[in-house]
Amino acid sequence: MKKLNKTTKSNFITYAIVILAFIICQSLISAGSMTRSLKGQLVPICVYIVMAVSLNLTVGISGELSLGHAGFMSVGAFAGIVFSAWAQAALGIENTIVRLLLCMVIGGIFAGIAGVLIGIPVLRLRGDYLAIVTLAFGEIIRNVFNCLYISLIPGSVQYVADAANPEVFTKTQVLDRLNIAFNTTPNADWNIIVNGPAGATGVTKIATFTVGFALILFTLVVVLNLINSRSGRAIMAIRDNRIAAESMGINVTKYKMMAFVTSAVLAGMAGALYGLNYSTVTASKFKFDTSITVLVFVVLGGIGNIRGSIIAATLLTVLPEMLRAFSDYRMLIYAIVLIVVMLATNSPQIRQLVERIIPKRRKAGKEGEAA
Amino acid sequence: MTQRKSTTRMVPVPSHSIVPERDVDKRPVLETRHLGIEFGGLKAVEDFNLTIGRTEIAGLIGPNGAGKTTVFNLLTKVYQPTTGTVLIDGKDTAGMNTVQANKLGIARTFQNIRLFSNMTVEDNVRIGLHNQIRYGMFSGIFRLPSFWSGEKRQHEQALDLLSIFDMQDMAAMKAGSLPYGAQRRLEIVRALATNPSLLLLDEPAAGMNPHETEELMENIIKIRDKFQIAVMLIEHDMNLVMGICEGICVLNYGRIIAKGTADEIQSNPVVIEAYLGKRKED
Amino acid sequence: MTLFLSYLINGISLGSVYAIIALGYTMVYGIAKMLNFAHGDVIMIGAYISFCATQYMGMPAIVSVLMAMAVCTVLGIVIEGLAYRPLRQAASLAVLITAIGVSYFLQNMALLIWGANPKSFSSVFDVGSISLFSGKLLISSETILTVLANIVIMIALTLFTGKTKIGKAMRAVSEDKGAAELMGINVNATISMTFAIGSALAAIAGVLLCSAYPTLQPTTGSMPGIKAFTAAVFGGIGSIPGAMIGGLLLGVIEILGKAYVSTELGDAFVFAVLIVVLLVKPTGLLGKQVHEKV
Repeated sequence: MKKLNKTTKSNFITYAIVILAFIICQSLISAGSMTRSLKGQLVPICVYIVMAVSLNLTVGISGELSLGHAGFMSVGAFAGIVFSAWAQAALGIENTIVRLLLCMVIGGIFAGIAGVLIGIPVLRLRGDYLAIVTLAFGEIIRNVFNCLYISLIPGSVQYVADAANPEVFTKTQVLDRLNIAFNTTPNADWNIIVNGPAGATGVTKIATFTVGFALILFTLVVVLNLINSRSGRAIMAIRDNRIAAESMGINVTKYKMMAFVTSAVLAGMAGALYGLNYSTVTASKFKFDTSITVLVFVVLGGIGNIRGSIIAATLLTVLPEMLRAFSDYRMLIYAIVLIVVMLATNSPQIRQLVERIIPKRRKAGKEGEAA
Repeated sequence: MTQRKSTTRMVPVPSHSIVPERDVDKRPVLETRHLGIEFGGLKAVEDFNLTIGRTEIAGLIGPNGAGKTTVFNLLTKVYQPTTGTVLIDGKDTAGMNTVQANKLGIARTFQNIRLFSNMTVEDNVRIGLHNQIRYGMFSGIFRLPSFWSGEKRQHEQALDLLSIFDMQDMAAMKAGSLPYGAQRRLEIVRALATNPSLLLLDEPAAGMNPHETEELMENIIKIRDKFQIAVMLIEHDMNLVMGICEGICVLNYGRIIAKGTADEIQSNPVVIEAYLGKRKED
Repeated sequence: MTLFLSYLINGISLGSVYAIIALGYTMVYGIAKMLNFAHGDVIMIGAYISFCATQYMGMPAIVSVLMAMAVCTVLGIVIEGLAYRPLRQAASLAVLITAIGVSYFLQNMALLIWGANPKSFSSVFDVGSISLFSGKLLISSETILTVLANIVIMIALTLFTGKTKIGKAMRAVSEDKGAAELMGINVNATISMTFAIGSALAAIAGVLLCSAYPTLQPTTGSMPGIKAFTAAVFGGIGSIPGAMIGGLLLGVIEILGKAYVSTELGDAFVFAVLIVVLLVKPTGLLGKQVHEKV
């Protein structure tokens, strides 16, 4: 029972850090002492934390390198934007919080569907092939969004003649409908929501920091509880030794899929939040670079280490903003971070060297080794 | 080392095999017919016919490279046979995978230990209990009542199983940090947790000292008696094989060259020839 | 018909470039068992070197290509020695992440040195073009040179791996690293050699690619790199003729897909091919099956 206490304690610390950070941010905002630029960063930070934690579920816990995580984010973002516009116009849901929550659910569902469709072929592959195919899917998704034109056909009031009594007309309200076109520009009278390569324009910004914080908590509950359950143990067993796991009667495809799709759903929810935080969202925002940026958060925070992902995502989103002068070097620094962390945690010679310099310290590198 | 003389009488059954007399009326736990596999034209195992009784302890021996582990891989469906069939509990396993074979009641340990070494001892056993004590993903995520009751039962049963080898005190240790002998024992416990009717042990005594081997022999018999299951083991330690195995099958170059009780095998000239100069090796 | 032929020729030309890049992937994968994600960016560096040599230093074309090859060879050896060699025993996940890091490092170094603005790469080859069907079909000099270069490289490499001592050492290392070491082959040197050859080829591919598609920027190499890896997988990873066949087929598929279906979805076609190949025949067209030891 001691072990259970240990993980519970560790999880408790993670929750505590997140809640504490939220309280501090909120009090800074109400005291008016938070800079505008930092305030603008709050929702993106939440988004990237959720992205990093969910990618860590695939990379760290399930042990599969996914390079298309931004693809799921984009599915969630566009699904969320479209749903938001439609829900406001057709269903008349004006309450932004309700709409935002619904959008995140829809974003999650669509990304989850994409996750299942992609997971079926991808999860049959191993190692490098799996990584490159997730990359390929990420690019395909982006290509498809560049060809996608979604518009809202405005509703109208129609008078329909009664069949039995032709003189009597009944008034019917036709709701706004969605038109989804592929590679063809829509009718100019319609309200265009997603306009091919130009992306979604005129999005109503409804994302809030509080909802972002709630999404982080939700993500943590899902991921941490999943890890410490029967399903999570099966996922990690497959990661550590696939053949042994199979011989224990664990269905490899099912549990890999569980991790992959859960990760996609969370990325989709984060995507919806992200999409509804900007007035313009284009598919190019979800390029391969975005997937790599999130991977950097995961690697720097420690592969398999959820708390590490949160801290790394926060720091690496805030720091470049604060150090504007270094913005040209951001991706270069990320690249160096990736290489150095990997070498430091995986090369026996370099690890020995590090241990000689810093003797007997428990390092996050141990987690990386576990993956 | 004391030589345990088997008190069971082995009787012949239709598939040119022998099973202990007490098991002869029950359906055999495993039956293979003309089982064989080729790797790129090389016949690694050929015409392998074997029947194992309900509660038999069987031995599979042979020189290095004879194809013993390949037989295990065929039985557990890690490899699909090129010829012949494997019947587990009377059911044909054609087209099945490892997971389905395990669900039919076959569990194994590995020659090169395959523990989940970064997990605790208890978690290793809990993974073995995966299909025995179940609750769904959503119960796990949202901590529904079935999660709590399932976790409790898994914990209790894991400790219960570990107590077979007196390992319950090690439950919280990392599996990878255990001494070698304990890792081998943990693999057996983990395999037992899947509730098998046939337990395959691949060199369970490798790396153990004579005292540990002695204990292992007692424990294998204890496991058989307690769970009423069959055990089949690959082993180079002849004291262990001759001491506890009721039926022994000798493999050489992928073919069975002899079957019989310990006494019969020890005096079989073909076996002696195959092992020539190797008898002293443990 | 002539339109189709001209698409086909464009496809073969692009495919030849993919084939040359794919060789680098396939050799490295065959020997070091790693996906050198940074290979595409070595192409970009090669193109920049050639660009600078002709543009700023006024070197003749052939010298600029040789310079690019020399720089890329050194670059390949350095990358292997610094980033990949320490990870020889590490999990493939760690190696791949490192390779992605190297790829981003090269791209961003190029960004700092040469800036984000695309450079207009003027073709280094000008030997006139062939006109067929009374001028309806024009085959440019770049196309001819690319295809020729591809054929020459393919023959040279096949002879090299088949006949020379180093080539045989490479094949031995790709077969069994441990056994090769016991036979007295210097595994590290052989792997370095493989990176050197692959990177020199990448330089040639970079010049050829930018002669045909003359915009040069730091990200120029990444997409062709990934597509060439697809080509290597398509043809069967580790196989030299496989890289050639895979490259050519992929180039043709891409150009025809862009011409007849949708320009936006051209890349999607290439990746769809990768996915289908991996699912239907994971070993590729000419690859061989490897058994997992239990």
